[in-house]
Amino acid sequence: MGRVAGPPIGGRRIHGLVVSAGQGAPHPGWVNQAIRVQGLRKCYGDRKVLAGVDLHVDWGECVALLGPNGAGKSTTIEILEGYRRRDGGAVEVCGADPATAGSRWRAQLGIVLQDSRPSDELTVTELLRQFASYYPEPRSPGEVIEMVGLTPHAAQRAKRLSGGQQRRLDVALGLIGRPRLIFLDEPTTGFDPEARRQFWDLIRSLRGDGTTVLLTTHYLDEAAALADRVIVLAAGRVVADTAPAELGGRHLAAATVTWTEHGAPQRETTETPAALIAALSARLGGEVPDLGVHRRSLEDAYLELVGAAA
Amino acid sequence: MTAGTSRAPARSPAHAPSASSPLWRATRARIGDELRMFWREPAAVGFTLLFPIILLVLFGSMFSGAVAGTSVSYSQVYVAGIVGSALMSVGFMSLAIGITVEREAGMLKRLAGTPMPKAAYFLGKIGRVLILGVIEVVLLCAIGVVMFDLRLPTEPGRWITFLWVFGLGSAAATLLGLAVGGMISSAKAAPAILNVPFVVLQFISGVFVPDRMLPDSLQTISAAFPLRWICKGLRSVFLPDSFLTAEASGSWQHGTMAAMLIGWCVIGALLATRTFRWVGRER
Repeated sequence: MGRVAGPPIGGRRIHGLVVSAGQGAPHPGWVNQAIRVQGLRKCYGDRKVLAGVDLHVDWGECVALLGPNGAGKSTTIEILEGYRRRDGGAVEVCGADPATAGSRWRAQLGIVLQDSRPSDELTVTELLRQFASYYPEPRSPGEVIEMVGLTPHAAQRAKRLSGGQQRRLDVALGLIGRPRLIFLDEPTTGFDPEARRQFWDLIRSLRGDGTTVLLTTHYLDEAAALADRVIVLAAGRVVADTAPAELGGRHLAAATVTWTEHGAPQRETTETPAALIAALSARLGGEVPDLGVHRRSLEDAYLELVGAAA
Repeated sequence: MTAGTSRAPARSPAHAPSASSPLWRATRARIGDELRMFWREPAAVGFTLLFPIILLVLFGSMFSGAVAGTSVSYSQVYVAGIVGSALMSVGFMSLAIGITVEREAGMLKRLAGTPMPKAAYFLGKIGRVLILGVIEVVLLCAIGVVMFDLRLPTEPGRWITFLWVFGLGSAAATLLGLAVGGMISSAKAAPAILNVPFVVLQFISGVFVPDRMLPDSLQTISAAFPLRWICKGLRSVFLPDSFLTAEASGSWQHGTMAAMLIGWCVIGALLATRTFRWVGRER
């Protein structure tokens, strides 16, 4: 009901997509895209926050939007959600312009805002029941409560929940409408490590159902664990758009192999670490003491990109 | 966060789209939750519902003599006046403050991100005001009857007057509450900003002090605002016509009253549609 063409679940993992997204002519495959943004610009007064952002998200994809504070992540996402007006550029979300789209368009979205914790007199179940009444095809409150792990707190008033629990309720409110596309703006802030892992499992299971996800996060391990693609924003522009493993070309960079030999730590940088390890193993007779293979971390690559743009 | 449940691809019949319209479904949910939230907030219940009752008992007991030249006691005049100010409190004050709190907590932004028809939110507020208003009128009148010999009118004409005064008065208060709630951006400042004019208006609009005892200049000012007309309308319902000798113009002025209240409804509606913001100011 009310669903347009189903998301093309096959072939959603697009590795190494180049930065050229949206430059010039529209993508040939744009009908497969949940989000399309070209030349997006936004100013607050004299301050230019977005200076021509191009990006897209395919149906069924999970994309992480990264960038330092003030890079324009939340502004971008709130323009996509229809909360803020853009000053220029083209934006299409679920086939409509968020600036003019109506409630049938909203029924396809799930929105988890940054830093808005429900602190209500209503209970978890009551809030979810209320929000379910706004959607044509909602999930049941009980189902969503279980998905986010709030079952023991279902009858508690929202304002009595802990910070992390309120954030889970936030996520639950984003899921209640059975969205095709969900926006998660720093969803795991305030989660303990276990809750974060559980949240990752939840996102993976949503992906399994074909839900498209756009999330912002400051945790690079989160982006690496969840996203098919990371888009890095810095100073209002996209400075990278690629698979997490390939950010900053780190998959091409040489690896550093470390081990211990003659009682001293050794290191060697090589393009062919497997060959080196095989040679070491032969030389040292089997196991190589303290063997390690290191590549540039996602964090290294990210900091380099963001630093260069600043 | 168990993952398994979300995998069920089938839509169970229980979640099939219901035949009722989205607006009706959402409005029903909003009215129910508005009332639920109200009753769960002791401070709101105390200030909005109990405070007028305390005032009535207090003022009614302190000043129980007859208003000069009439057979009506001051306490009966207070019943009409305090019902009027309670309607303003339920419609205007509680609504405006509640909206600023909801905006600051991000609830309005969250609602604006759902397909909820915007009208459902406003209908929910109106439903809340009407239901709480009726409860308040019943409580105050009961106290008037039991403690202060208030006689409820028997003529149907007076009840018809009550219906339109209550309806238009609540509507004006609600629309102004929505408008002002839209304009004030800080939830902390809202009670302070609103209480000053509200208390002043109560004193010059015949809630505590009969019209005739006020200087002309203050009567002219209060005649511009809805509270005076709501109170006068309620006096015309609950007090005998013999009380007219104590009324400012010597008549109930129903025509002017209806025109003023409708005028304030229009002003409130125009302001509300222009000032209401779902999201706090942009950075």
